[in-house]
Amino acid sequence: MLGSGVHLSASGLTKRYPGVLALNDVSIDIRGGEVHAVAGENGAGKSTLMHSLAGATLPDSGTLSIDGVTVRFRSPRDAQALGIRMIHQELNLVPDMTVAENVLLGDEPSRGGIVDRKQLDARARAVLDRLGQSSLPTSVPVGRLSLAERQMTEIAKAVAADARVVIMDEPTAILAQDEAEALFRVVDQLRAAGVAIVYVSHRLDDMARLADRVTVLRDGQVVDSKPASELARDDIVRLMIGRELAAGYPLPRGTPGDEVLRLEDVSSGLVTGASVSLRRGEIVGVVGLVGSGRTELARAIAGAAPITAGHMELDGAPYRPRSPRDAIDVGIALLPEDRKRQGLVLIAAIRDNVSLASLKSLSHAGVIDRGREGEAVSHWTTALSVRTPSIETTVGSLSGGNQQKVVLARWMLAKARIILFDEPTRGIDVGAKAEIYALMRQLADDGAALLVISSDLPEALGMSDRVVVMRNGRIAATLPRTEATAERVAPLMLGTT
Amino acid sequence: MSAVPKARWQRAADYALVAATIVEAAVFAFVAPGFGSVANLINIALSIAVTGILAVGMTAVILTGGIDLSVGSVVALTGTASAMAAAAVPAAPATAAIVTALLVGVLTGVVNGTFVAYLRVQPFVATLAVLTIARGIAFIISGGRSIGNLPASFGALGRAVPFGIPAPVYVFAIVTAAGAFVLNRTVFGRRVYATGGNPEASWLAGVSTQRVIWLVYALNGLLAGLGGWTLASRLGAGVPNSGLQYELDVIAAVVVGGTSLAGGRGTIAGTVWGTLFIGVLTNGLNLANVDPYVQKIALGVVILIAAVGDRISGRTSGGPGTGHGT
Repeated sequence: MLGSGVHLSASGLTKRYPGVLALNDVSIDIRGGEVHAVAGENGAGKSTLMHSLAGATLPDSGTLSIDGVTVRFRSPRDAQALGIRMIHQELNLVPDMTVAENVLLGDEPSRGGIVDRKQLDARARAVLDRLGQSSLPTSVPVGRLSLAERQMTEIAKAVAADARVVIMDEPTAILAQDEAEALFRVVDQLRAAGVAIVYVSHRLDDMARLADRVTVLRDGQVVDSKPASELARDDIVRLMIGRELAAGYPLPRGTPGDEVLRLEDVSSGLVTGASVSLRRGEIVGVVGLVGSGRTELARAIAGAAPITAGHMELDGAPYRPRSPRDAIDVGIALLPEDRKRQGLVLIAAIRDNVSLASLKSLSHAGVIDRGREGEAVSHWTTALSVRTPSIETTVGSLSGGNQQKVVLARWMLAKARIILFDEPTRGIDVGAKAEIYALMRQLADDGAALLVISSDLPEALGMSDRVVVMRNGRIAATLPRTEATAERVAPLMLGTT
Repeated sequence: MSAVPKARWQRAADYALVAATIVEAAVFAFVAPGFGSVANLINIALSIAVTGILAVGMTAVILTGGIDLSVGSVVALTGTASAMAAAAVPAAPATAAIVTALLVGVLTGVVNGTFVAYLRVQPFVATLAVLTIARGIAFIISGGRSIGNLPASFGALGRAVPFGIPAPVYVFAIVTAAGAFVLNRTVFGRRVYATGGNPEASWLAGVSTQRVIWLVYALNGLLAGLGGWTLASRLGAGVPNSGLQYELDVIAAVVVGGTSLAGGRGTIAGTVWGTLFIGVLTNGLNLANVDPYVQKIALGVVILIAAVGDRISGRTSGGPGTGHGT
């Protein structure tokens, strides 16, 4: 019936984004009746690879073939026509339409242009039953279903369209334990029916349960691809983080100074009961999976999210910011993870972006002293070596590394002394990364306290004097540099200890 | 994408629009009898004065990514209220009139700002509601009739013609200069641009974006009050159905002037040229005896051309999609 013996093959896929080589000569073979797990850290290229297979991204070079026939996808429609379906994490369903309408969206049975509701429900019912979902009603609007039920609807949609290749993006990220087990059973059924499943995840448990074959990506390249039986968990972790640690990361000149900021049992959003201490001259790394509460922790300190329990102390005095302004006024700055959306006004000039947090000190009676502003902005863009023809250049035209330096220049000008970096080198090329590392260390050596969140484990471990490991909103461990090895930290992050 | 330095995100006066206005005027000078006379040029200036005053405030509102549909009704309400105040305070009618107009104007602006900034109602909806409410109040307080027979001093300012140029033109000039100064040179102005360009990034950089937005609507209300008084004083009466659809003329002028409805991009200079372009168009077509209905079509075409121009320049200044991830 479905896709017996299908063979989707990619070879030499390469995709470059500004500043980043997302895929570098990636080849992968996907076969019917197999679950092929794709593992890798954030930024390893998993998402670009999936999107290339599903027709949502056009690679710069490389070829795709199905059953030996070379294909070229210009849109997801092209891929769908050949039976390739992707189950997105954010589920592409129409919430106001029923389960049956969603399952057969675009292929509604009709008589003379009028939808035959009876047949619609019957056909959707048959697909759901085949997936063992007889308890899922067909006539309920999808918006009223749980996330797990919506995901099942999405899978049913793929099956109804006779998908031969199903690509799943972190499918268990939104599921509870028992829901995940139900999903695994459905994946088993699809496999038994001959469907090829590309299973993208960084959950080792999922891979151990499901995968026939595992391909590990790192920095846009395939580092290994083997039958699952030949790869132990430790091997996968090692392959995922792989790179030599500590090489090229600047070390501190002196020893950390006094404590400047202390969090005691702080809760905020996902974060529950976090206790952290920051000292002058020290870089504290925060690692954890996406959704572990890393970003929320930084936002709470920066006044961007309210604290629901616990308290903070700044230089020994209570500190409770009600807005980012309060935090900035006492010298606390956040460099957010999404620079374009949260860090910068892209359509504005470097000048405007850098001075934005310091306008008061650069003005008299509300009127900006443009001369002084220009000098101050130029001073910091020069000191941080932002490469630009002029401070009047629009920030949107700069590279990722230079944009990050513009955000940093803003906080230098605002005299920040506690600086929170959320993914400081995301989307930044290798050369610029080294520069950012050197700047961060310089800041610490000059007496600032740094908190650095990073999904890049070697970076977090290489840069940090102390490492805070977060899992499910809690602090799982705080380790000094000497004890913070990948072997020790990765299991704490993943929760496999 | 090249790293050509741009003049700031507020592209200096839109040269294309300046050129278009000059060409337009040159054409009318040939085809429309009397267009080029000094009297007619002053007439054009007078005809755009009130919408010009409103357009300055509207530019700031649109720069934050908002819109204010209530200004036409507020002109009517403040004009009517100021006329009634002049009648009620015979000792100082002119002062009572202007103070009342400004106060009522600020009040409506504060209502708009509170709903938009703090209660998070979409600007279109909040100001649409205030549009109908303000118009309703204007009719109720006036009993639906124009408030005339006022002390002479009420109309003295609006009808004065110092150095041969009508007073409303001076008001327009002063408001424009002040608006350009505030937006270009002050901390507040910079925050207006930043808030419209990226509200989240601005907030994280310490800008109280809600307060900025609130203030922009309050100031726009103040300017609408000033516009209402200017119009009433010139007419010598408070007219409850004055200012009808002014909001559309004003938004048209701002858009033609190159201000982006998405926020963060635009200038007062552009708005002045936009106002002027439309004023010249209307005046010239009138003098050339063009059917008023055809004039409406011409204005619509101008708005579309400006919008397409904005779209094209907006496209080239945005960065390429650099999203990549897990």
